Amino acid sequence: MPTNTAQSTVDSEGAGPDPAAPLLEVDDLYVEFRTRDGVAKVLNGVSYRVEAGETLAVLGESGSGKSVTAQTVMGILDMPPGHITGGAIRFHGENLLAATDRRRREVRGSGIAMIFQDALSALNPVFTVGFQIEEQLRIRRGMSRKDARKRAVELLDLVKIPNAKGRVRQYPHEFSGGMRQRAMIAMSLALDPEMLIADEPTTALDVTVQAQIMDLLKEIQVERNMGLILITHDLGVVAEVADRIAVMYAGRIVEQSDARSLYRKPGHPYTLALLDSLPRLDLKGAELNTIKGLPPSLLNVPPGCPFHPRCPRVEDVCKTDVPPQHRLMPGRLSACHFAEELIAGD
Amino acid sequence: MTDPSTAASGAAVTTAADDFVTAAEHAEAKPGKPRSLASDAWHDLRRRPLFVISGAMIVLVIVMAVAPGLFTSVDPTYADLSRSRVGPSAQAWFGYDNQGADVFARTIYGARASIIVGVAATILTVLIGGTLGLLAGFYGGWIDGLMSRVADVFFGLPFVLGAIVILTSLGGGGNSATEIMFLVVLSISLLSWPVCMRIMRSAAITAKQQDYVKAARALGAGAPRIILRHMLPNAIAPVLVYATIALGAFIGAEATLSFLGLGLRAPVVSWGVMIADSRDIIRVAPHTLLFPAAFLTATVLAFVMLGDAVREALDPKMR
Amino acid sequence: MGRYVLRRLLQLIPVFIGTTFLIYWLVWSLPGDEFSGKCGDRPCPDSYINLMKEKFNLDDPLIVQYGKYMLNLLQGDFGETFRGIEVGDLIAEAYPNTIRLALVALAIEALIGLTAGILTGLRGRGFLDNLTLVSTLFLISLPVFVTGFVLQIVLGFELGWIKTTVSASPAPWEQLIVPGFVLGSLSMAYVTRLTRTSIAENKRADYVRTAVAKGLPQRRVVGVHLLRNSAIPVVTFLGTDLGNLMGGAIVTEGIFNIKGIGNLVYRGILGKEGLVVTGVVTLLVMVYLLSNLLVDMLYAVLDPRIRYD
Repeated sequence: MPTNTAQSTVDSEGAGPDPAAPLLEVDDLYVEFRTRDGVAKVLNGVSYRVEAGETLAVLGESGSGKSVTAQTVMGILDMPPGHITGGAIRFHGENLLAATDRRRREVRGSGIAMIFQDALSALNPVFTVGFQIEEQLRIRRGMSRKDARKRAVELLDLVKIPNAKGRVRQYPHEFSGGMRQRAMIAMSLALDPEMLIADEPTTALDVTVQAQIMDLLKEIQVERNMGLILITHDLGVVAEVADRIAVMYAGRIVEQSDARSLYRKPGHPYTLALLDSLPRLDLKGAELNTIKGLPPSLLNVPPGCPFHPRCPRVEDVCKTDVPPQHRLMPGRLSACHFAEELIAGD
Repeated sequence: MTDPSTAASGAAVTTAADDFVTAAEHAEAKPGKPRSLASDAWHDLRRRPLFVISGAMIVLVIVMAVAPGLFTSVDPTYADLSRSRVGPSAQAWFGYDNQGADVFARTIYGARASIIVGVAATILTVLIGGTLGLLAGFYGGWIDGLMSRVADVFFGLPFVLGAIVILTSLGGGGNSATEIMFLVVLSISLLSWPVCMRIMRSAAITAKQQDYVKAARALGAGAPRIILRHMLPNAIAPVLVYATIALGAFIGAEATLSFLGLGLRAPVVSWGVMIADSRDIIRVAPHTLLFPAAFLTATVLAFVMLGDAVREALDPKMR
Repeated sequence: MGRYVLRRLLQLIPVFIGTTFLIYWLVWSLPGDEFSGKCGDRPCPDSYINLMKEKFNLDDPLIVQYGKYMLNLLQGDFGETFRGIEVGDLIAEAYPNTIRLALVALAIEALIGLTAGILTGLRGRGFLDNLTLVSTLFLISLPVFVTGFVLQIVLGFELGWIKTTVSASPAPWEQLIVPGFVLGSLSMAYVTRLTRTSIAENKRADYVRTAVAKGLPQRRVVGVHLLRNSAIPVVTFLGTDLGNLMGGAIVTEGIFNIKGIGNLVYRGILGKEGLVVTGVVTLLVMVYLLSNLLVDMLYAVLDPRIRYD
């Protein structure tokens, strides 16, 4: 950032919304967890942006920081142990990290909404599904009970829940897994958000239901021209819906690209390994490739490139120098010392 | 791009120990050898101030019970009416009671009766409740149903009321000190075993449903072997926690019964007896209540604290 | 739900019979001459003994005695004391005092326990939390009669703020505040700890995070989502505790000389009035069993996931 002032790394410029700015921009975000066992550097300079109508898939193993980024964007990170030590999150150009609590609350739900992995625990077990949708409309929009109920039924209809009129009166545990996730989506849409973050929305579901939920999300996103961040550990899930993909490893984005280019030619050995570990129809019978080793402990990230202990192309420079982001082509970044060779190679 | 190290320096990078909360995102396996739950718990316990303090208090009380002569050379039963109700002084730190006996010496000697009753009642309670709970959990069916109903019968009796009825009915006047002590232990255990049984039963049922227990049964292991080798070790932790806290509670219960005039009585020296004796002279000589009550409370507190510490150490969720 | 209640009620019958028979057996059939001291210093005349044996069915086998007693009890007849006073009247006189005492204790423990538990549960670790933990540990360890004595001496005799004994019957509510505090102090510590744990656990629950992500105000997240869920175990504890408080009131009633059933039963035991003891215990057991059943039903109302059928 050219305007970055020296005294603080959390910049506070950009007070009001800017219509020309991107819908959501995460800029050089640093987060750490201070625990009894030490300081875990969970996010180390994460940057991405999402425009209206665009779907960004954030990909990574558990512990890579993909959910922490989303929680920081929403402002629902547990603090402590989490501490934001640097960076900015801009929504329409307005830095949310510098905003007041009141302003942040306004953005939640109506600006940026979120759906969670496990709808059974994310929905309050002691209130009806209807109540949980209606309460936002009543509290945030000042709707009457009757109007809110009507709107809740409409929303359940919108996410294709059969017999929505009867279903609003039921409790979350009375819904099946797929229906529960649909209800969760309906709830997130209640305040017509411009941006939706879906944190592993299909991980807890059966494969057939997964596809239905993904289709639903895509459909709603196109219809409403929403920005969508899709967090997942499954490359297969995002192949059809993502416009752009950001691959995270040990709290860093190691590769960022449009989806098509990334699938055709990964620009980072980690992405390559992830793709190789997918089961493929054309290689039926062949043994699946796995990535050897475990992701590093964030309390003790190896020096140099964090992926080097597991990397098949490791060289001496990887063990000492943190690779910078290489701009391979417009909109395509890779944090590998040998990114150009990877792209150029066979 | 900002360098990570300068970014981090913007905020205070202090590790606050009490900020610790398990975050799923960084649940990494800790380096080092995997330890068993018991040795892990022990390792964890030694670092807890609650455990160290309560442990030290308990050791002190036990030493008092075993060898009261180490703390005082005064005969606790020697009474001199001329110094009745005299307050604390250099000669007698805790003053003298109504009969003119040394309160400090009596408090020291009183530990023995309280500890004996507490320990014996706990052992008996755990034996009855533990055995029945294991059997009910293992066999299930009508045996479980019957035992659970019997437990309900005893559980439904209000504790103090039940103990009073048992003590007055069984103890018909002129019993010896040992007999009374036995009766107090018996009535406490009779009214407390259902709690222990329920804890043991649910732990045993959980253990029974573990795959390795099913496997052992499938391999033809007999009932005693399964109960003793597989179910008991897994059910022992919650019972241990219960027993520690119960031991403290039973010491308090003994005092309550003595206070009501139904438990131990003179010439036995116990904290409950001392508190009961102080009842009528409390306004003129509050020290006769204060010191035994303080020792009683501290001892109960030590056991409750110990139980708390053990529970937290054994419960992996609490870390 | 109806079928569940019926099954539970049927299950209560053997427990009820078992408990009351146990007490009846302990009170009536154990060694000791129930007539000693009944007629001054002299042994009782045979005519009196025969009359009394007739009246209390003492020559029947124990099981028959118990059966006759229970049949009368079911018709609302608690029997008479040796002096010919209706036990039912004694209980009717004493019971309201105990209920009042237990209600005051319950109100105090709920008020203080919930407040302390919610505050410490929300705030998390810190000075207030440690202070609460230490004071609850202390309350748990302090025998009720010590608490009672100390408060009676300090507040009653030394400061003169309260009456040291509550001999009036029915006992005035305001005089029951300190005795109620004494009686409820142990449960108060449990309520505090239970609330604190429950809130601390639920505070990190996913649905609380969802409520925040919905942009609800903090007040509503805590007041509606967090408290509603955390209340379930606390409310059930408070429900079962009412029965426990009544059964445990005997020491408190003794210290403050409250004319409740604890006092009644204590005098009954000392005076070998078997029918008073069995009557009161039967009543207490009934209250205890029914309040447990009510709490289980309440649980199903509070938590829609619980289904009885």
